[in-house]
Amino acid sequence: MLQITNLQARVDDKPILKGINLTVRAGEVHAIMGPNGSGKSTLAHVLAGKGGYEVTGGSVDFDGKDLLELDPEERAREGVFLAFQYPVEIPGVSNSYFLKAALNAVRKHRGESDVDAIEFIKMVKAKMKLLKMDQAFLSRSVNQGFSGGEKKRNEIFQMAVLEPRLALLDETDSGLDIDALKIVAEGVNALRSPERATVLVTHYQRLLNYIVPDFVHVLSDGKIVRSGGKELAHELEAKGYGWLEQEAVARA
Amino acid sequence: MSITATQTASPDARDAYVSRVEAARGRSIEPAWLTSRRAAAAQTLQAEGFPTTRDEEFRYTNVSPIAAQAYPAADVPPARASLDALRAEATVPGLDAHEIVFVNGRFAPELSAIDGLPAGVRLANLASSIGADGALIESLWGKAIKFHMKGFTALNTALAHDGAVLVVDPEVVVERPIHFVFLSSAPAAFGAHVRNLVRIGHHAQVRIVESYVGEAGQEYFTNAITEVIGADESKVEYCRVQRESKAAHHVSGTHLHLGRGAVFASESVSLGGAIVRNDVNAVLDAEGISCTVNGLYLVDGDRLVDNHTTIDHAKPRCESHELYKGILDDRGKGVFNGKIFVREDAQKTDAKQTNKIMLLSDDATIDTKPQLEIFADDVKCTHGATIGQLDETQKFYLKSRGIGEEHARAILLHAFAADIVERIEVEALRTHLERLLLERLPID
Repeated sequence: MLQITNLQARVDDKPILKGINLTVRAGEVHAIMGPNGSGKSTLAHVLAGKGGYEVTGGSVDFDGKDLLELDPEERAREGVFLAFQYPVEIPGVSNSYFLKAALNAVRKHRGESDVDAIEFIKMVKAKMKLLKMDQAFLSRSVNQGFSGGEKKRNEIFQMAVLEPRLALLDETDSGLDIDALKIVAEGVNALRSPERATVLVTHYQRLLNYIVPDFVHVLSDGKIVRSGGKELAHELEAKGYGWLEQEAVARA
Repeated sequence: MSITATQTASPDARDAYVSRVEAARGRSIEPAWLTSRRAAAAQTLQAEGFPTTRDEEFRYTNVSPIAAQAYPAADVPPARASLDALRAEATVPGLDAHEIVFVNGRFAPELSAIDGLPAGVRLANLASSIGADGALIESLWGKAIKFHMKGFTALNTALAHDGAVLVVDPEVVVERPIHFVFLSSAPAAFGAHVRNLVRIGHHAQVRIVESYVGEAGQEYFTNAITEVIGADESKVEYCRVQRESKAAHHVSGTHLHLGRGAVFASESVSLGGAIVRNDVNAVLDAEGISCTVNGLYLVDGDRLVDNHTTIDHAKPRCESHELYKGILDDRGKGVFNGKIFVREDAQKTDAKQTNKIMLLSDDATIDTKPQLEIFADDVKCTHGATIGQLDETQKFYLKSRGIGEEHARAILLHAFAADIVERIEVEALRTHLERLLLERLPID
């Protein structure tokens, strides 16, 4: 589904990604771990098409399409979804309007008609239940006045409504207490399917107790330095990230 | 050196206005106090004339198109059909309010609904109140005015004959909103000078909506003053909706004088007018007042909207919040000047002022100026102006969900304006304005 080959990117003149290679197949959950500044979030941002990054080399193939050629909205319509580390507040735009506009944009791209108003409400309410969200939330402005936990739940809720093929979760666990973390994880797990792939970007192993990955990759200084199964996460938890730097020094 | 003494005519219409006041004096049946105030105002007008761009307060706003002619009063009532259409246009669907309606500056009883007022509420028109309740009017007229607008305030005092008078007795909570409606439609250009006088007793609560609606294309000049006296612990929400014809000029002064612990919240929405100048002057001359002054203005074509505000913190522990937002398109011009005075006595003042502007075309302009004069030392005062583009982070967020560039821009622009409208507490008005905004700033 997703084939990243030798991806390089920089911010201003500073190289951040220095040759990422990663293959994600449908149905898989990949965790990308690494110390602060290793390029984890940059990778998620570059895949989603956020501005401010310059891709200097490599390619990203998403089901036969050159992802890097597409605008952010086109990527979303193709089925890429980024759950933000810091969800954005948009005063004056209600959650229900926002969701409907997004859903209709995706549907239009697929050649489907606009969602029926009653069907939409029914579907949205069912998904809100999944994430234990209050219905009053629909008429509130997007993320405005939300707590950290509410914002993160809202990201997963949007994901549940839009049903992407590739979900990128950028530090979705940061700032969550254990109860909120469980709710978010349940939401993500409920969306696991043979057609959908998930890439979790996280600093800590904690989230992986609840969303069990098929593969774990360790990112350090813009490169994947280690890949393995879920046990790699435990190893990282036990040893920390310090040994990576020692390895890097040894390699040099 | 020789001086040639030539008597030149004034560069503006002051002479014509002053003679009108003098002519009226002979026929006047008004009480002596009012006649003498009008005479004094005429003298002031004669002496100071109308402002020009050489006056600091009008540096960016050229009012010479207004000042050049002495607009006559509208003598012929509008055609029935125009009036009905205008009345419908000014109707706020679902607004269950006590309404007092004026046409071209004159009370229109047949269009008003001021029966069934609750006990302790008096709502009438000024012209009849001057005769019926002269002492009350004398006690209110000019009471809240501390800051004059050159020329226009005097002109209003000299010529205003009608307007709304609202008096709410102490401790009365008025359930239904009070709606002042000003409709404009006439066969020829005219001027309307209206004076609204409001007094809210201590611990009383009221919501006031003041609407100006004009027939499309109609040329006229509205010169309106609203004075609000809010006694101790009173609570007032005041919404001003200006939807004049785009060929009309609108000059207004809203003057507030508030008592201890009073809570005053206002939203001013300016959608129409060719040259528009709104002054809001609030005197916080008692402790613990909360005063909110918000505004939204949409300017397109060659129109100009100028908002001047003055918040005078005279006593300790008062707070003022001010948020003005403008969207300027085409060759539209916006002006914002926000004065905040914090007097020596006014310790613990908390004053916040923000002006945000969105420029949609290269030819649109804004002149924005905060002006803080602080004489107390233990105060919190902030001000800020942003002129700009849409927030890129917000735009990316929308796009990352599949929403296209154009649609994302439209959504954010609409939201920028809706932010002010959403603060209006009168629900029917809020819904109505949201709908009007959707027409002006469509999102689908």
